[in-house]
Amino acid sequence: MSEQLQSDFDKLVKTSKFSSEEIKFKKNFLDNFIKNGFPNRKQEDWKFLDISQIIKKNISDLSFFNDYSQSNKIDPSFLVDGLEHNKIIFINGKIEKIDFNFEDQNKIEIIDKTKKDISFDYENSLIDLNSAFIDKVFKILIKKNYSLKKPLIIYHLTNDKIKSTNINLRLDFELAENSCLKLVDYFANTTAKNFINIFYNFNLEKDSILKNYKIDKFRNNNLKYSFNNIEQDNNSVSETFILSAGSDYFKNEINCNLNGEYSSAFINGIFSLKENQQHEIRTTINHLVENTKSYQLIKSVLGKNSKSAYQGRIFVNSKAQKTDGYQLSKAILLDETSEFNAKPELEIYADDVKCSHGSASGSLDENSIFYLMSRGLNYQQSKELLINGFLMDVVEKITDVEIKNLIINIIGLKQ
Amino acid sequence: MDTREKDIEKLKDYKYGFTTDIENIKAPKGLNEDVIKFISNIKKEPQWMLDFRLKAFKRLKLLKEPNWQKPKYPKIDYQDLYYYSAPKSMKDKPKSLDELDPKLLETYKKLGIPLQEQARLNGIAVDAVFDSVSVATTFKGELTKHGIIFCSMSEAIQKHPDLVKKYLGTVIPVTDHFFATLNSAVFTDGSFVYIPEGVKCPMELSTYFRINASETGQFERTLIIADRGSYVSYLEGCTAPMRDENQLHAANVELIALDDAEIKYSTVQNWYPGDENGKGGIYNFVTKRGLCKGKNSKISWTQVETGSAITWKYPSCILKGDNSIGEFYSIAITNNHQKADTGTKMIHLGKNTKSKIISKGISAGFSDMTYRGLVDINSKAKNSSNYTQCDSLLMGNKCGAHTVPYIKNKNFDSNIAHEATTSKISEEQLHYCQQRGLNPEEAVGLIVNGFCKEVLQQLPMEFAVEAQKLVGISLEGSVG
Repeated sequence: MSEQLQSDFDKLVKTSKFSSEEIKFKKNFLDNFIKNGFPNRKQEDWKFLDISQIIKKNISDLSFFNDYSQSNKIDPSFLVDGLEHNKIIFINGKIEKIDFNFEDQNKIEIIDKTKKDISFDYENSLIDLNSAFIDKVFKILIKKNYSLKKPLIIYHLTNDKIKSTNINLRLDFELAENSCLKLVDYFANTTAKNFINIFYNFNLEKDSILKNYKIDKFRNNNLKYSFNNIEQDNNSVSETFILSAGSDYFKNEINCNLNGEYSSAFINGIFSLKENQQHEIRTTINHLVENTKSYQLIKSVLGKNSKSAYQGRIFVNSKAQKTDGYQLSKAILLDETSEFNAKPELEIYADDVKCSHGSASGSLDENSIFYLMSRGLNYQQSKELLINGFLMDVVEKITDVEIKNLIINIIGLKQ
Repeated sequence: MDTREKDIEKLKDYKYGFTTDIENIKAPKGLNEDVIKFISNIKKEPQWMLDFRLKAFKRLKLLKEPNWQKPKYPKIDYQDLYYYSAPKSMKDKPKSLDELDPKLLETYKKLGIPLQEQARLNGIAVDAVFDSVSVATTFKGELTKHGIIFCSMSEAIQKHPDLVKKYLGTVIPVTDHFFATLNSAVFTDGSFVYIPEGVKCPMELSTYFRINASETGQFERTLIIADRGSYVSYLEGCTAPMRDENQLHAANVELIALDDAEIKYSTVQNWYPGDENGKGGIYNFVTKRGLCKGKNSKISWTQVETGSAITWKYPSCILKGDNSIGEFYSIAITNNHQKADTGTKMIHLGKNTKSKIISKGISAGFSDMTYRGLVDINSKAKNSSNYTQCDSLLMGNKCGAHTVPYIKNKNFDSNIAHEATTSKISEEQLHYCQQRGLNPEEAVGLIVNGFCKEVLQQLPMEFAVEAQKLVGISLEGSVG
């Protein structure tokens, strides 16, 4: 694989217009990735789903070269109807369009020259891969006291013009004091068997609010990895919702550092999996100062041959007194071939804290089904109703009404 | 001065010129085939036993010491340890209690252990496991009447080779992890229990373990077999005298429960935890595993872990037989610089298997405490269930409490429920107790005992009282 990486990298350098300094940085990341390769089950974070095996099994012709000098046509049929929104369109590994038509242009700044280094400690070779083969990195700055009027939807699209089987995306967001951003990731990939590697870096200053909704609903054969790094200052709020249902493999990883007092992080997720899907959510919440709060709720509905994993970690520093941390993961296994794995982890060094986690998994409650059937529903309807209620619980946690309704429609839940 | 102290005084005055060093028969330092042959030879073991050891040793050479655990420790030089040491004769044991560390005596006093018992604990009287060789085992007569075999491992190898051959290494194979394999290669002695078909063991079986000779890693091997429809409750209690050097303890305990049998295994572990600055103390790296082999069998582990510098163990149950039950009740207390990484594994293989885990962790001072557990429900384990509850209590912000459960559910008929909380002793509770005349330490003791009640209830009477006091003593100096 290392020869392939090297030659694809050389091709990339030839066709694109990176500065020599950028190339130096990229080269460094490439060397790191060649050294470490894809993460495997020997690494604790990848224990449940081994991505190196999954990639080996699914993508026989792994290639990394994307021609960033070519542009792609935007197919408007994929765009979300009935909801006014700003867009970033990302096709085949390249950002084709950034459009903030609904906003005050003076309040938003798009910078395409960001620092090339990564500002946090990581042990993740996928970020090296991302940094090595990425096109331009954009930074979106929301200025002080500005709340976006409309949500921003990032469209993740691929079409048959795609050249390589690995595409990378990185975006940096900076939310200045008292600003607000609603961000929707919308996955509509039509091609199969690509490895999509996404890395977002968020910096939330004082009193800012970030809402990130990831919608991966439409069945496709892609393998996806998404990493969100969130830094939070005083009194900032981050809300993340993950609908993990479409891809063959999808791992969502969130690292959230609560650096400022009274900051809080909310993570809610739904796995709705069928045939041979393998999805995972891994979260790390670092409570680093006093009076911070985190809340996590993850629910899975697992059909035939599917597998979901949840690894959640709450870390409480010895300074972080009065921390409130909560984690709950629940799973319904519908078939004898479905599998649920969880590792809800607490690492606590302060004594005046309230931290708890819970995890439960099992089949649908026969008594509830009986109750519904005795009231005239058939077996299938009763099952659907119970699952509907089970998932609604998570969707109800979404604080933005417009997007909540969008998500309810996309999943097809009944209220 | 109460009578006991007077007695101690008397004993102090009793100035027999006691012998200087305990002369031990020691195997040469280091770990190699010759040492293993030496151990096997001195114990007059049959060839198959030596083969077992050598097979383990061969495997050991391929294994690496694991290092994924939370408490890290300085590298152990396995070539610098003695793998065998046995007391030459009774007269070499300490003659009186005043040879012992006064702090240890103080602890005994607080625990309310009678003088005779104190002496027994320290090998002054006869019946005790002293170092690596069982000197004597008691209650033989009563047990023989029921056909129960309760003897040392070395004796069992000589007298009941068929049973040992049949079961030894079936739960913890020689090809297991590093420390278990090390034990298989060099184990010296331990207990062997066999309960025949349909027999309910009339008494609690117990052994006191003790580590004495300096630089002797202790490698105990215990094997308990409960035949069809039998029941046994086994107690393991441990104390160790003051030591400055770190001592390794890598025991293997195997339990096998056949159809309808039940084994209850209780441990109170109170080994030397090192001093206030974290110097010295025992490394307790023990492998304990039970196999519910037959239908309707049950294995229950209860542990109170208050000692050792580092505790690193996971008493586990393999629920192979249909309808079998596994239970794990644990209290782990760490104070000063102690570290613990403990928990359990429940592996559900048979149908309708049930398991329950109750773990209470308390950390104070500069200590670090981790619950690490695995619940794995196999795809064939239909209609199984697990309930896990692990609570941690923190005292002060220099210590840590961690929970790392691994949950794997591969069966849609089965349920797993897991709960964990971390909290501190509330000011209100403390205030309430103090208002009613308890001093802060007594108040903490009371609250902690309440926190641990669910587990303490599981202990047999003999242990429950001692354990309750131990909980209080372990937390001394952690309030205020």
